Amino acid sequence: MAAKSIISRPVYGTLSPQPGKHHLFIADAEGALAISEMAAKAPAGFFDGAEIVFIPGPDGKHIAALESLRPAQFHQAPSFASLLPRLKQTLSNAHMGLRLYLSGTEGLIGQAMQVALEAGVDHTSMQTEHRGSLARRMQCVHCKGITENVTTQPATCSHCGLLLLVRDHYSRRLAAFQGVCINAEDRGEIPPMEEAFP
Amino acid sequence: MSTGTTKLDVVVSDVVPVNDLVTRFHFRRRDGELLPTFSGGAHVVVEMRDGERTRLNPYSLMGSPLDTREYTISVRRDDVGRGGSLFMHRSVKPGLEMVISYPVNLFSLDLRAKKHLMLAGGIGITPFMAQTAQLAGEGGNFELHYTCRTASLGTYADVLRERYDRRVRLYHDDRDERIDLDRLLSTQPLGTHLYVCGPAGMINWVRDRAAALGWPLEAVHFEHFAAPQPGLPFDVTLAVSGKTIRVGSQQSLLEAIEAAGVDPPYLCRGGVCGQCETNVVSYDGKFVHNDHWLSEEDHRSGCKIMPCVSRFEGKSLVLER
Repeated sequence: MAAKSIISRPVYGTLSPQPGKHHLFIADAEGALAISEMAAKAPAGFFDGAEIVFIPGPDGKHIAALESLRPAQFHQAPSFASLLPRLKQTLSNAHMGLRLYLSGTEGLIGQAMQVALEAGVDHTSMQTEHRGSLARRMQCVHCKGITENVTTQPATCSHCGLLLLVRDHYSRRLAAFQGVCINAEDRGEIPPMEEAFP
Repeated sequence: MSTGTTKLDVVVSDVVPVNDLVTRFHFRRRDGELLPTFSGGAHVVVEMRDGERTRLNPYSLMGSPLDTREYTISVRRDDVGRGGSLFMHRSVKPGLEMVISYPVNLFSLDLRAKKHLMLAGGIGITPFMAQTAQLAGEGGNFELHYTCRTASLGTYADVLRERYDRRVRLYHDDRDERIDLDRLLSTQPLGTHLYVCGPAGMINWVRDRAAALGWPLEAVHFEHFAAPQPGLPFDVTLAVSGKTIRVGSQQSLLEAIEAAGVDPPYLCRGGVCGQCETNVVSYDGKFVHNDHWLSEEDHRSGCKIMPCVSRFEGKSLVLER
């Protein structure tokens, strides 16, 4: 779980079964483990009204484990972008009582939360659990381009090429951390690049 | 003057009987200026000079927040209550100069909601009068379900139906009409916020069903003005001010503290806002906690009390204040 530094930096919890009949899980890679562990604490029949949407990691692990929970629906997608239309459709047809559980990388949690916020769900009512890589989704504050899976500090903007300091300042609206030019005074100054978000 | 509240000098500009139980009161500023702006769901605390006694009762503002030339409240007469509503009904006439607090909102709309689902019981309709006016002005999406004992006691039901037509649904107890709550709560679109104001039993019922049906706490808002319950008289010592005072059977602890010349903070006077929370220095006896603010753990600890609604039975009680 990520440490809290500045107030906008998201803080994650541990998934726990909520009351209600309809449960929507959105997870990537090792986020599946958070669901499996929560399932051990869930009441009988909990997954009868559950839908699991899963983006496996490159190793393709954990699919069988999630299927074995026998959710009412199981949907697998290669990327968040590919499941977005389905997710929007699900939320626009959903009724109050649907509970949301987000687990896995910060990029996945943040983007799923962003879609749910637009559908009117309060961010504090969503269950979240961080698992797996610390890689960040970063917005360049200069060109506004988003760079996915940033693991270094500083990081290079994949759009404008500026060298950016990846800040803990997080935007829920954009589901991204803010990256600010680290050598604006002297572009020749190149601080060492470290693997900060493995 | 109390912490967090400033007072307004007003004159009663009109008194209008609404039905057998409810009377509406209109207030304007004595200096002719506009009143402070407020948002739907806000209340004011009305000071009543009843002989020797000053009564302070909270009432929801029910006029449109878009019109601050006057404030309006509606008071339901309670013949077996502590006397505040009877004083309003019997003694408050047009032209009377009164003092009220600035508005405070402990029941505000969450304007991020996609839809507002409102449930009112009886006189619990008053905050929704202002909230619906506010939302109608902004083109907001709302639906109001209003339960009343009989059609003739359906305070403002006709006004609401006239203004909002099918967005208002009425239920009359004498016709055995009842809200199909589970169905209503299960069919609301995602992003709906729920607001309930009425008797304690209704609020508890709605909150329990909403929680069981998977509504997150953040989307459920409620307001209940609990009148302080009467009880046995008791003595209390105030450690900071060094006073020992007696709390009468019909008097709340907060009222007794105020009568002794101490000026404690308050906002709701109904055990929900937390403003009057007071530390207990020592006690020998048992607390009668009537508030909705402190946790059960706080209640058991014997370290805190909400003097606006809670009482004490026993030998001695020392509060910080």
